[in-house]
Amino acid sequence: MAHHGEHHYNLEQRFDFTAATKKSIMTVLVIGAILLGIGIVLAMTGGHHEEAGEAGGHAFHWYERLYANLWINNVFFTGIAIVGVFFFAIQFAAQAGWSTPLLRVMLSFGNWLPIAGLLMIATFFLANHDLFHWTHAYLFDQNDPQYDKIIDGKGAFFYWPMEKGTFPVFYIARMVLFFGFWVLFFNKFKKISDQEDQLGGTSHWFKMRSWSAYFLVFFAVSSSISAWDWVMSIDTHWFSTLFGWYVFASWFVSGLSAITLLTIFLKGRGYLEMVNENHVHDLGKFVFGFSIFWTYLWFSQFLLIYYANIPEESVYFIERLSSDVYGGFIFVNLGLNFFLPFLVLMTRDSKRHGVFLKLVCTILLVGHWVDFFLMIQPGTLGHNGGIGFMEVGMFLVYGSAVALVVLGGLAKKNLIAKNHPMLEESYHHHI
Amino acid sequence: MEKDTHFILGVYDDEDVLLHAVEKVRGSGVKIHEVYSPYPVHGLEHVLGYKRSRLPIAAFLFGLLGTSLALTMQFYMMRFDWPMIIGGKDYAAFPDFIPVSFEMTVLLAAFGMVGVFMVSSNLKPWAQPRIFDLRSTDDKHIMAIDIANNSAMDVEKIKEILASSGATEVNKKSFE
Repeated sequence: MAHHGEHHYNLEQRFDFTAATKKSIMTVLVIGAILLGIGIVLAMTGGHHEEAGEAGGHAFHWYERLYANLWINNVFFTGIAIVGVFFFAIQFAAQAGWSTPLLRVMLSFGNWLPIAGLLMIATFFLANHDLFHWTHAYLFDQNDPQYDKIIDGKGAFFYWPMEKGTFPVFYIARMVLFFGFWVLFFNKFKKISDQEDQLGGTSHWFKMRSWSAYFLVFFAVSSSISAWDWVMSIDTHWFSTLFGWYVFASWFVSGLSAITLLTIFLKGRGYLEMVNENHVHDLGKFVFGFSIFWTYLWFSQFLLIYYANIPEESVYFIERLSSDVYGGFIFVNLGLNFFLPFLVLMTRDSKRHGVFLKLVCTILLVGHWVDFFLMIQPGTLGHNGGIGFMEVGMFLVYGSAVALVVLGGLAKKNLIAKNHPMLEESYHHHI
Repeated sequence: MEKDTHFILGVYDDEDVLLHAVEKVRGSGVKIHEVYSPYPVHGLEHVLGYKRSRLPIAAFLFGLLGTSLALTMQFYMMRFDWPMIIGGKDYAAFPDFIPVSFEMTVLLAAFGMVGVFMVSSNLKPWAQPRIFDLRSTDDKHIMAIDIANNSAMDVEKIKEILASSGATEVNKKSFE
């Protein structure tokens, strides 16, 4: 390269989480809370959805929509948090050098995981029947007129070793296990990274690589199963064999967008001096590439079901495409998550300049939220769903809460892993 | 003097020396014809001041052509030429066309890109390659300077610049 000179970067920099930044995030949170409040009031007073007698005497209650919103954001932001840790681990497994100054940015998203886990478990117990059809005990009672043979066949996956229809031990155990191990790995990574800051040397890198490998194996299994548990089990009868990957792809694009946005935000504030357009370009490539990967999976799932047209499979898309509430969002989903990043991020320049990436990544975060909205609401709310004040409000509340937690965690330690053996390599990263 | 026939060649041992030499030679006003190296030297096209390749644009256009051809072909066949009902879908069932359109996009983008690259790099099967110095396929970097392109400068002066920039040898080479 043209410049071979000495580098004088400030490796001790810390993110200063100023009161002003906190205030603007809090403002968004309050706006979100107000919108959410309006949404709740509207849902409580708007009686036009109360059609008793439908679906086996089940009347629609306003709080079901609140639960569905909690669940959408639980799943969506859990994904962003765990993808931060996942992408961090990938860097070590792949022995990547270019990303060294971004490692702490990635890892900081994991700070949301403990809260995400608590929220997920709490929402499950709060919403229970209102989100998950399979939690009804009568489905498993052969003497009940509403006995469901198909769900009974799947019952053990939720209730083992207890009797079906009682307490979903296996399901809850998986939830606790996944979050438990994710948090454990996250803390381990943080600790090793911290020790490296103090002691230096290459041993921490090797240690991190081993732990990353363990994590990736665990994540490969847990990410798929959590997608079945938390999302696919809503439509209990229905199944799709690539659903785990599809949810993972959506998570991964959201997580990469969040990492890219945070990087650009930090650079805008004058941090991460050694991160230049080459590093940003690589992040842009990831966002671009995995947007296409997401589309590939979305379409693979759709095409096979559409082409075979087996009723028990195609009902999933009929519920969505033929719905006056969700039909249009299918195309919004594809437009925001495929056509937009595909066309805008195709050129080299758009991946190297913050303006385009900021725009596309922000839209992608909304787009993949819509993706999860489309996975969760039709099965829980049916035609009583939609995007209104409650959805926008809840998204803003969650988003700003995540921002507060993630930035708070980021501010605690140095932004750069200063003793990382590949730091020098990342200075010379050039593509 | 005729263009593209008489060259001065600087032979370099080391890629770092070469990179600095390119900067130095260009800095002193000498126009470099081309640099030949046994392996890709990172940053070489940057110091040579090459403009970015327009190959991706060709790839995009060929890809677009592939998509359009595939969609037209399938639409014509399935709707007009020989309408068939498959799986109870419409004649022109758009989702069915996507896999073929995708493949045609990839195929034409790849073929088109390779073709354009071969044409623009003069990689015709019958083309006679010009070899400036055989050692550029082994362990030497060769900087070629077209004398006709630098007519404002004295040949001896150019040789001097090359030698002082770290060239281990400075040779002349003429083609018929």
